Amino acid sequence: MILDRTASRADDTNLSRRSFLTAGAAVGGGLMLSLSLPLDRSEAATPQSFAPNAFIRIDSDGQVVLTMPYVEMGQGTYTSIPMLIAEELEVSLNQVRLEHAPPNEKLYANPLLGVQATGNSNAMRGAWKPLREAGTTARTMLVAAAANRWGVDPKSCHAQDGEVVHATSGQRLKYGELAAEAANMPVPGNITLKSPEDFKLIGTPAKRIDAPAKVNGTAVYGIDARPPGVKIATLTQSPVFGGRVKSLDDTAAKAVKGVRQIVRLDDAVAVVADHMGAAKKGLAALKIEWEEGPHARLATEEIARELEQVTLGSGAVAQNIGDVDKAMAGAATKVEATYQVPFLAHATMEPMNCTVHLRNDSAEIWLGNQAVARVQAVAAKAADLPPEKVVVHNHLIGGGFGRRLEADGAVRAVQIAKQVDGPVKVVWTREEDIQHDMYRPYWFDRISAGLDDQGRPVAWNNRFAGSSVVARWLPPAFKDGLDPDSTEGAINLVYDLPNFHVEYVRVEPPGIPTAFWRSVGPSHNVFVTESFIDEMAVAAKQDAVAFRRALLGKSPRAKAVLDLAAEKAGWGQALPKGTGRGVSLQFVFGSYHAQVAEVEVSKEGGVRVRRVVCAMDCGTVVNPNTVQAQIQSGIIFGATAALYGEITLKNGRVEQSNFDTYQMIRINEAPAIEVHIVKSSEPPGGMGETGTSAIVPAIANAIYAATGKRLRKMPVDASVLKQPA
Amino acid sequence: MAFAIKVNGNAHSVDVDGDTPLLWVLRDVLGMTGTKFGCGAGLCGACTVHIDGVATRSCITPIDSLDKSLITTIEAVGATAAGARIQKAWLDHEVVQCGYCQSGQVMSASALLASKPHPTDADIDDGMSGNICRCGTYLRIREAIKLAAQTNEKGG
Repeated sequence: MILDRTASRADDTNLSRRSFLTAGAAVGGGLMLSLSLPLDRSEAATPQSFAPNAFIRIDSDGQVVLTMPYVEMGQGTYTSIPMLIAEELEVSLNQVRLEHAPPNEKLYANPLLGVQATGNSNAMRGAWKPLREAGTTARTMLVAAAANRWGVDPKSCHAQDGEVVHATSGQRLKYGELAAEAANMPVPGNITLKSPEDFKLIGTPAKRIDAPAKVNGTAVYGIDARPPGVKIATLTQSPVFGGRVKSLDDTAAKAVKGVRQIVRLDDAVAVVADHMGAAKKGLAALKIEWEEGPHARLATEEIARELEQVTLGSGAVAQNIGDVDKAMAGAATKVEATYQVPFLAHATMEPMNCTVHLRNDSAEIWLGNQAVARVQAVAAKAADLPPEKVVVHNHLIGGGFGRRLEADGAVRAVQIAKQVDGPVKVVWTREEDIQHDMYRPYWFDRISAGLDDQGRPVAWNNRFAGSSVVARWLPPAFKDGLDPDSTEGAINLVYDLPNFHVEYVRVEPPGIPTAFWRSVGPSHNVFVTESFIDEMAVAAKQDAVAFRRALLGKSPRAKAVLDLAAEKAGWGQALPKGTGRGVSLQFVFGSYHAQVAEVEVSKEGGVRVRRVVCAMDCGTVVNPNTVQAQIQSGIIFGATAALYGEITLKNGRVEQSNFDTYQMIRINEAPAIEVHIVKSSEPPGGMGETGTSAIVPAIANAIYAATGKRLRKMPVDASVLKQPA
Repeated sequence: MAFAIKVNGNAHSVDVDGDTPLLWVLRDVLGMTGTKFGCGAGLCGACTVHIDGVATRSCITPIDSLDKSLITTIEAVGATAAGARIQKAWLDHEVVQCGYCQSGQVMSASALLASKPHPTDADIDDGMSGNICRCGTYLRIREAIKLAAQTNEKGG
């Protein structure tokens, strides 16, 4: 999702906004730089209206402190963002210390989202220019302070390894010694960022700063918070969304050793205990009758039917080029299909949890969340407190994937804490986590294309329906029936398609909440467009790579990654019977990405993904280590969804509950993954999600190559692929 | 009733029901939060500890089943030869991402390496397929185990 459409291009337009720096003395006599960013282009003319965005402080001991507005959830941000500052400031990476940014939408908004949140693969895209500018500005002022003290021309001085050096006299001063004086230097009007050929850190593999604590058990996640006297609670919420507690018998639960209290809410019951073992045992002993409400008979099929119906009508036009109807009428061949993708749970390894200590006039909250200011706001509302009275301690995140952009768990914990004396940690069981997630929407697509007598595409027409997460999460971004997330990957395709028409119909499903899920809109759109391009190639009797390649006249970067992936994968070389290769190509999250998946389909219809070859142009690579890790991660995540991922409703209840019914790819099923990077000096593109959206169609197309069966509904259904006995 | 258990060489007495899973005794009673909760059903491996050297899911191990067993957790596995090699290989190979499952991964891998100093790919599949990683660090896990086995060979 990108709020500013033009910013979705990996060119420099979204990053060329001037950032505005002010400087002053830090508490303790150091240099404090506060950096402010315009939140959107229209504000750029009135810099005085901009709020400061990120803070860099240099203490008198030379320590550089970065107040970090982005959260670490595995994607490596805690390493790659400080690299930007260290690079321009000429200090080593270990000289930069991080502090979690406190909740403050004005100070710490993500420039690409307009709110304080980490998501949509845009931490590096948002930070790339402003944080380097902040580093350069600080360095320039430190150099000026040293030159001033020595009475020499600043041009005769340079910075290196945390010092300013005057080469001709051999004098040198450490940053710590200069910080206070530097704070009084004028903020330079013009600064020059380093040229890529001078980068010492950017582009060089850097070790993750969070790794040691994560291999010896000392890393602290939200679930590990233990304020003194904390009680542990676990809960059960109405199994049907929207239901209520009708009656409760908690006699047996109260008799469980270690159980302290039963908390009854309108639509949930929690057991508070000395430890989670007692809380779970108490929960199992509860006798609850539910008033199930209007969704008591709801089934997934009903939701899918409604979506299918609305795609027969009309929707909001997301993009129109040329005249599709006319072109379709003149086409030599017509290809038509419908596609469906299921609801999906996030299943972060760290189950949902939140610790709250509610006092008369204030509250403290401990959790790991991608949008900490939002947590503060909704928790304050639930606690009837002003936001400034709610202190939120953010933590390392044991998997986000979009789940922790939501604050529902914090609200729930506050509701429970209102009835508990002292701090209480609310930990969801895995079953509760899966059955009360907020899910990747179900989407239904109706798509058609026309080909001329040479097999060239002349028309493309797609109408799809599903939930708009943006409309709930960021209402101002939903305009005229459209939002930038639902349509990303369905419009502005890399291909030359002369007559092109895409419509979106927003339909909110009853009885099941929806949310962002790793690779968001493209998780659905890339599966559809890249599967359908494959269907067009088949109809044109052309090779899948050659067919795509012929449509990339306007996208040289897309062509380069496609060629590279095809070459490295050995595209066109023979494979044994029952195996096949499939390709996908996308430009989403500001990065170009091509994949070739190789699958093996058993006689029983079981699919094994053997190998994935990926080529990527993500602009400038900041930390190559992270880039490779994120692509592997995204591919495993997407392949898991393609092979197993499906949340279904029956009688209003989510049918899946734990890792036995909501399966994950494990090490024995993990494909070999090769990552090839195209060198580029373009600004960095997003990394955390691209592998996920690209792998799903690559697998589906490979299954087609292996079996001749086109899977238009995810996940893979072995019964469709099973060979007759 | 009170149960006497020995964790990382230290004796503890804990007063909980006998069917209480070891996981919650470690995390909530003893405050050792390095061992993680993932599923509560022995399906994901996040809670893996060593009981008498054997990788065991603490979320389904009742406290009354332990008797005089020696329990080792992530907090102390670095003191064992295999554990130290695995932790070093994990860092050298940059395995972790969100890191939440990695306590369990390190415990499973350490037990594997202790019992099979030169694990084959099939051994790694057997020893590690009980541990889910939602960040998909499997490829680096496999490579890191092989790296640790090599340092084993060199006596490092």
